[in-house]
Amino acid sequence: MTKTRKDEILHDHNQDGIDRRGFLKCMAWAGTGALCVMQGGVLKSYGLSRLAESGTAAKAGELSFVQISDSHMGFNKPANPDVAATLKAAVDKIQALPAPPEFLLHTGDISHLSKPEEFDTVDQILKSTGKEVFFVPGEHDVLNDDGKQFLERYGKGSQGAGWHSFDKQGVHFIGLVNVMNLKAGGLGTLGHDQLEWLEDDVKHLGSSTPIVVFAHIPLWTVYPEWGWGTEDSAQALAYLKKFGSVTVLNGHIHQTMQKVEDHVTFHTAASTAFPQPQPGKADSPGPMKVPAEQLRSVLGITNVSYVKGRQALAVVDSTLA
Amino acid sequence: MRRGVWIGLPTPILAAAIWLTAGSHGFRVNAQQSPVTEVKIDNFSFAPAAITVAAGTTVRWTNRDDIPHTVVADDKSFKSKVLDTDEKFSYTFSTPGTYPYFCSVHPKMTGKVSVQAGQAQ
Repeated sequence: MTKTRKDEILHDHNQDGIDRRGFLKCMAWAGTGALCVMQGGVLKSYGLSRLAESGTAAKAGELSFVQISDSHMGFNKPANPDVAATLKAAVDKIQALPAPPEFLLHTGDISHLSKPEEFDTVDQILKSTGKEVFFVPGEHDVLNDDGKQFLERYGKGSQGAGWHSFDKQGVHFIGLVNVMNLKAGGLGTLGHDQLEWLEDDVKHLGSSTPIVVFAHIPLWTVYPEWGWGTEDSAQALAYLKKFGSVTVLNGHIHQTMQKVEDHVTFHTAASTAFPQPQPGKADSPGPMKVPAEQLRSVLGITNVSYVKGRQALAVVDSTLA
Repeated sequence: MRRGVWIGLPTPILAAAIWLTAGSHGFRVNAQQSPVTEVKIDNFSFAPAAITVAAGTTVRWTNRDDIPHTVVADDKSFKSKVLDTDEKFSYTFSTPGTYPYFCSVHPKMTGKVSVQAGQAQ
């Protein structure tokens, strides 16, 4: 990856610190363990060989947390016969981070079949981090019981199907639920009640408050043919329009992907269990089988840090390899 | 249609009826008489996605995917538990009509059962 050293700002015609070619390269690498940093409007990309440099920035940051997603505990098919082992590898990765995260976000599909023992196993593995974990459900966590078990386990202090918000060091976090009451032929749904709650939740906040939204299904339309989007996400984003910095973190599609639209950075995390194909690159979004020795290079965690005074948060993916 | 007969019965009687019909031959006592049409769930789709059957036919769905799916009528008139790999769900269609359904986990997956009048062969 020596050529990555040249991939920061190659051209800066507008003198705005943003190089579109560099940005595309950054996106192209998202699936191979690249690191994308956007701070104060300046986007930089690093290969994993240069993680040490980002570590310096992370140490100076005032808040650092890790997103994990799609652990699918209970899955045992060829794409990954041991999802507990890879979740443990994710925990090891978290514990080896140069700047320890303050807490973890899990963006859903904790379990594969909503079985109590599956949730128990995940809880047990994540407990070893010693960190507080905030959850939103994936569709696999609310099977058969309309999410009752999820709420009992993880929904303390939440509203409706588990949506909630909290503040950490000046950053406002909003956990949304878009996997309930899905309609035939449709995408993820937030629903009227949750949207009303969201509008009310952010009303009192100043526009300079950094916002982090996390939900299972992407809140931007990645690939509607496979249901990779949320019907009413535009309404949710409209309520967040006034804020200068919005970071949206999702899972569900088992691969990293990033998009920046005005003041909003959308990012999807890798799974800790198995990869899924790129949009439209297979007959269906089913689990993708890769050679066993490559599996951990397509699974991962996402480390996010916020530096006070900088506009956007740094979102860093790293693989479990 | 069993459901139709039982609507309005007080819960204790309904429970007793279920207990009695369950017996040693399984829940669906008339399963032997009704013809069965198979639908496979494969690659995140129902195959065939649209079927036409005679009233009284039992449709049996089998999940062939590595990922769990469900079979849920758009109007919720029938609804499977989540089906893991190779698990099956059966439902007997007694009343003519069109029954669109979907997978409530992956709602892009849709199918349709058209039930025609006349006794199944």
